Amino acid sequence: MALVALSSMKIGEKGTVDALQGDDAVAQRLLELGLIPGSSIEVVRFAPMGDPINIKVRGYHLSLRRQEARTVRVAVEDPL
Amino acid sequence: MNPVEAMPLSSPPKTLTIALAGNPNSGKSTLFNALTRLRQKVGNYPGVTVEKKLGRTFLPDGRAVNVLDLPGTYSLTVRSLDEKVACDVLLGRMPDTPAVDIVVCVADVTNLERNLYLVTQIQDLGLPVVVALNMMDDLASQGKTIDAGRLARELGAPVVPMTAVKGRGVAELRNLLTQNIPLRTARGWTMTPILDQEVERLALWLKDYGFPSGQSFSEALRLITMVDRECAVEKPVQEMVAQARGRLTEAGVDWRSAVIEARYAWLHGVVEGCLKEETEPKANWTQHIDAVLTHRIWGWAAFAAVMAVMFYAIFSLASYPMDWIDAGFQALAGLFKAWLPAGPLRDLITDGIIAGVGGVVIFLPQILILFFFIALLQDTGYMARAAFIMDRLMNRVGLHGKSFIPLLSSFACAIPGIMATRSIETPKDRLVTILVAPLMTCSARLPVYTLMIAVLIPGTSAWQKTALMLGLYLMGVVGAIGMAMVFKKTILRGPTPPFIMELPPYRRPSVRAILWQMWERSQLFLRKAGTVIVALSVVLWALMSYPHHDHLPPGQALQSSYAGQIGMALEPVLKPLGFDWRIGIGLLGSFTAREVFVSTMSIVFNIDEGADGGRSLLDAFHQALWPDGHPLFTPLTCLSLMVFFVFAMQCISSIAIVRRETNSWRWPLFQVFYMTSLAYLMSFLVFQGGRLLGWT
Repeated sequence: MALVALSSMKIGEKGTVDALQGDDAVAQRLLELGLIPGSSIEVVRFAPMGDPINIKVRGYHLSLRRQEARTVRVAVEDPL
Repeated sequence: MNPVEAMPLSSPPKTLTIALAGNPNSGKSTLFNALTRLRQKVGNYPGVTVEKKLGRTFLPDGRAVNVLDLPGTYSLTVRSLDEKVACDVLLGRMPDTPAVDIVVCVADVTNLERNLYLVTQIQDLGLPVVVALNMMDDLASQGKTIDAGRLARELGAPVVPMTAVKGRGVAELRNLLTQNIPLRTARGWTMTPILDQEVERLALWLKDYGFPSGQSFSEALRLITMVDRECAVEKPVQEMVAQARGRLTEAGVDWRSAVIEARYAWLHGVVEGCLKEETEPKANWTQHIDAVLTHRIWGWAAFAAVMAVMFYAIFSLASYPMDWIDAGFQALAGLFKAWLPAGPLRDLITDGIIAGVGGVVIFLPQILILFFFIALLQDTGYMARAAFIMDRLMNRVGLHGKSFIPLLSSFACAIPGIMATRSIETPKDRLVTILVAPLMTCSARLPVYTLMIAVLIPGTSAWQKTALMLGLYLMGVVGAIGMAMVFKKTILRGPTPPFIMELPPYRRPSVRAILWQMWERSQLFLRKAGTVIVALSVVLWALMSYPHHDHLPPGQALQSSYAGQIGMALEPVLKPLGFDWRIGIGLLGSFTAREVFVSTMSIVFNIDEGADGGRSLLDAFHQALWPDGHPLFTPLTCLSLMVFFVFAMQCISSIAIVRRETNSWRWPLFQVFYMTSLAYLMSFLVFQGGRLLGWT
């Protein structure tokens, strides 16, 4: 069990949102979209140029930049 | 089916008003169209440039009701203009807008928790709510079912399952709306005691302060939670909120997230209890398709293919109906020439109005095709993928993926493109997008390009012409990117905005919805043609015909008219670009609307060479000469003219839109200034550079 930034997760990795740090407005926006601590998320794929990333949360797909993803701390089972 | 021409945007008292609210991509607009059919009126909310869509429908008991389609929002926390407008309308704070009696919340059932989040917020406003549970068919293909009755009990609101795009469930909704919709009896979601205490305390204080009692609770929630840089809150309120937040922090409660987490915690339980997985889900097509369409290599290939198909359709498929329209208008002019006696009235009608309008309407096929593709891309969900793919590139320029859609729309017309920038949350980035949007080659430039390319490349080699056309488009794009970078580094410096965007599942688009969008958008274009450009054509024709000098030969008559005088005065400035006074008149006219250039040139050259209209404009251009005998429209001049059009700001309507979107004259005037200078410079470089290289 390890705490990593969402931006450093690999494709296919799953985890649970642990905390949202960083810019308050961005954090609130992500919270309202369902990235509540305790929610499970999965990294689905990256855009052709590596950024932004496509994650699955609460049954839908959200895309965000690595820059924003860096502020999301995720608990992963086994770091790949 | 009553026409809506005389329908006011605000309603007389006692007509029921229903608001449609919901997340983007939840099918809200589909429901709106299903309810109101063609009885819609699109305008703007006062003082802002958020689209106001008001429609009318009839309930089974015969009553007429107003239906307001609110902008799609994820929450009412008021972070973007769309959310603020939705919130204000629901609270009855929006002037000229009827008070909302019932809110129909459209919720995508395949995405329930996030969609219901907004529902809980709206319920907190103290309004009667009906939940339209949309996309039931998609749920079925996922192998799941939902207990709508149980959901209704838990939410405290009636629930109508539906698949709006297929029309299922809409009748049930209509029936339900004839009944009295009760308010929620008790709030389902709960807060921790400390949080609850603080919210209640603030709510009571707000009530004393003057807030309507029904709204004080939701206002208290909003004020405690909302982290907003642009806080338009009065001092005493701010202080109370700060105090409440201070006490919460001391008690170990994170006020930024507490309310949000409380809502979701409750919703999670509710949804888990109502959704059941019955059968094995069918294949998830969206993921399979995305594996290709957002692939590192295939994604680009697909994107390029889509763009290529779009452009080719515009330039080849459209030519058939365009020829028909051309013939039609010629015939119409012929009729008038036969009916009316010769004189100023006949000239006004045939050479002023018919020529002016015809020159614009002929581009309707191309515009329809363009809007068709944009609507198709939007409704299938591919637009989001395009933004997803392009974001990295946009980021390098200081913009983000969401700027891509407004800029892409500007290929059709910068006006809807500029209007679409309100989805961009940061003001600076929105402004940059607005400033460079007109550089994206809009469809109004097509008449000019097509004409000049035909002069430049005689014959029917479609590939050469397409290549040159694409080259001009590319120039516009490069110009837009370049200027965006310049702006972001100089006058509009700021951090890059966040890019948080939903990737909706691919959906089969509704043909009716696409046709409706095509119709709606082309109406906007036609209205521009019908009013602004006809008026301008008439003004220009008048400038060119008066003062009347019947005793002079036509060439000299034009030179002595008002228009001619202005053109002559401008000529020294235009000569370095390869233009003469006649092109000068064309440019003058086109500064108000680009399409006017073609109709102006028709007028200029027809009048110049004589009354016989047997010769086409193309021939006129080929035969036009400078006073010293040199051909006017040399290849270099044609290129220089086209380059001028790539960069110049020539559209009164878009200037007006920029004024509304930025709420001041400073930015539209700046835009005219910088684009005109850029156009002059580039044209100059092309013409003089070409001369230096030995081309003439």
